[in-house]
Parts: sequence; C-alpha cells; structure tokens
Amino acid sequence: MTVGLSHYLTVAAVLFTIGIFGIFLNRKNVIVILMSIELMLLAVNINLVAFSAFHGDLVGQIFAMIVLTVAAAEAAIGLAIVVVTFRNRGTIDVAEIDLLKG
Amino acid sequence: MLSALFFYLFAIMCVGAGFMVVAVKNPVHAVLFLILAFFNAAGLFVLLGAEFLAMILIVVYVGAVLVLFLFVVMMLDVDFAVLKAGFLKYLPIGAIIGVLLLVELIFIVGAWVTAPEITAQAPAPPAADIGNTEAIGLILYTRYVYLFEAAGLILLVAMIGAIVLTLQHKRDVRRQSVAAQVGRTREEAVELVDVESGRGLS
Repeated sequence: MTVGLSHYLTVAAVLFTIGIFGIFLNRKNVIVILMSIELMLLAVNINLVAFSAFHGDLVGQIFAMIVLTVAAAEAAIGLAIVVVTFRNRGTIDVAEIDLLKG
Repeated sequence: MLSALFFYLFAIMCVGAGFMVVAVKNPVHAVLFLILAFFNAAGLFVLLGAEFLAMILIVVYVGAVLVLFLFVVMMLDVDFAVLKAGFLKYLPIGAIIGVLLLVELIFIVGAWVTAPEITAQAPAPPAADIGNTEAIGLILYTRYVYLFEAAGLILLVAMIGAIVLTLQHKRDVRRQSVAAQVGRTREEAVELVDVESGRGLS
C-alpha cells in the first residue's frame, strides 16, 4: 500500500469539498465562511505541494508560499471588514448586510 | 509502510477536523479544529518532503492567522445560536452540491493518467547534499525574486488596508496636535504686562 500522488489529490479534493459544503451550510455566519475559504486554500496548497514533490520540481512549493501569503492577506482584510461591519451594524449575519440591495 | 501509516493518520485527522470546522456549533471550537486541520496538513507536507512549507504553515499560519481568527471570534459579542438557525434548512442543498463536486473530483483523480515521467510511486527524494529549505532559498531569491517582492507588497497593502478599516478616532478624547503646537507663535503664547506697584493684576 504505497501512497501515491492520487492519494494526496483525493485528500485535497475531500478538503475542498468540505470547504464548499461549509459555505453552503453556514450561509449566515461570515466568520465560518472565511474559515471554509481557508480550508479550500489549504486543499489547493496540498495539491501544489503534492505535485511539486512527485514531479521533483520546487516551483510548486514556491507557488504554495505565494498562495499562503495571499490567504493571510485575505484573512486579515476579511476579518477587518467583519469587525467594522459588526461595529456599524451590530450583526455579522450575511443576510442582514444588504446595503447594496444585492 | 510507516510512511503509509502516517499518511492515513494525517489524512484522516485532517479531513475529520475539516469536517468538524463546518459542523460544530461554537465558532471557537471551529477555529480550534481548523488549527488541528492545519497541523495535520503540515504533517502531510513533511511526508512529501516539503519541510520548510510545513514549518511556515505552523509558525506563520497557525501562529498568526488562525490566532487572529480566534481573537476576532472571541471579541465579537455575537449570538452564534441565531446565526446557526438556518443550519438544517441549508443542509440538503449543501450536501447535494458537496457530494456532486466530490464525485466529480474523484472521477477526475480516478481517470487521471499521469505522464510517464511522473509515475514515480514515491515523492522524488530531495537532493542528497542540499536540504529543502536551502533549495527553496536558492530559487526563491534568484529566479522568483520579483514574485517574492510582490508577495511582500501584497502583505503591505493588506496591513495598511486592515489598519485603515479598523482604526477609529474617538470624538471626545483630547489628542495631541503637533501642527497646532508647532504653529504657535510667541505673540499669541506670551503676554508682557506692566504691573503698577501696589495694584496687582485684576
């Protein structure tokens, strides 16, 4: 039972699906939606690192680092927006943030 | 054999923790499960020979970003029970879409035919004389230095954005105004008065 590339890809696929499932499941809570996005980015990183390792090419790991950077920036900005929204509206319910009438 | 055992351990823990992230009621527990998932993903990275990225994931990501999540969840005084109200309503559609996507992805992985040169059954061993960290450094600071600087720029913009968004000036607090202090002249600050003896100032 050697562990091949497809094993890692399957784990990443399952994690990605859980991320999407979480977005659908917690449609009201912005913080859990942000956490689901983090899970999906983690799944992408697992894919990149697995391909990088099995291909013997380090560029995938470089790209995974860039993805981590962007994910950190996204989390910081997203949480800042959540804090400001809560300060102004007193709720973080997505359904009640309807100023743009979307 | 041992690496396969650890792969299944890390993979099952990672997927289980990921599922708990979206399933638990209390967001603080969700963040803690997210931390567990990231730790196990770091274990998978170590199995793949990407030690540097694994350490980055633990030190930077778990240590900074997820703790930031924890702070925000704890500081916001939100009634999370209300936010959880539509949980069962959205469960069927979420499950349908999730299962569909998962089946599609598994078909993709199952029908995957890798190029003959990547059919290695094990990750390519790192070069004997050079570690993973050193190898990453050797190409990150030479071929991909612009990408590296762009990443720094992204972090700078994110930092400024987060500060601008959350900084608030209170109305009723007296603040130091450097411009007003420096702009003061001698004429408006000092007044010389001739006082007659015995009269005093009135």
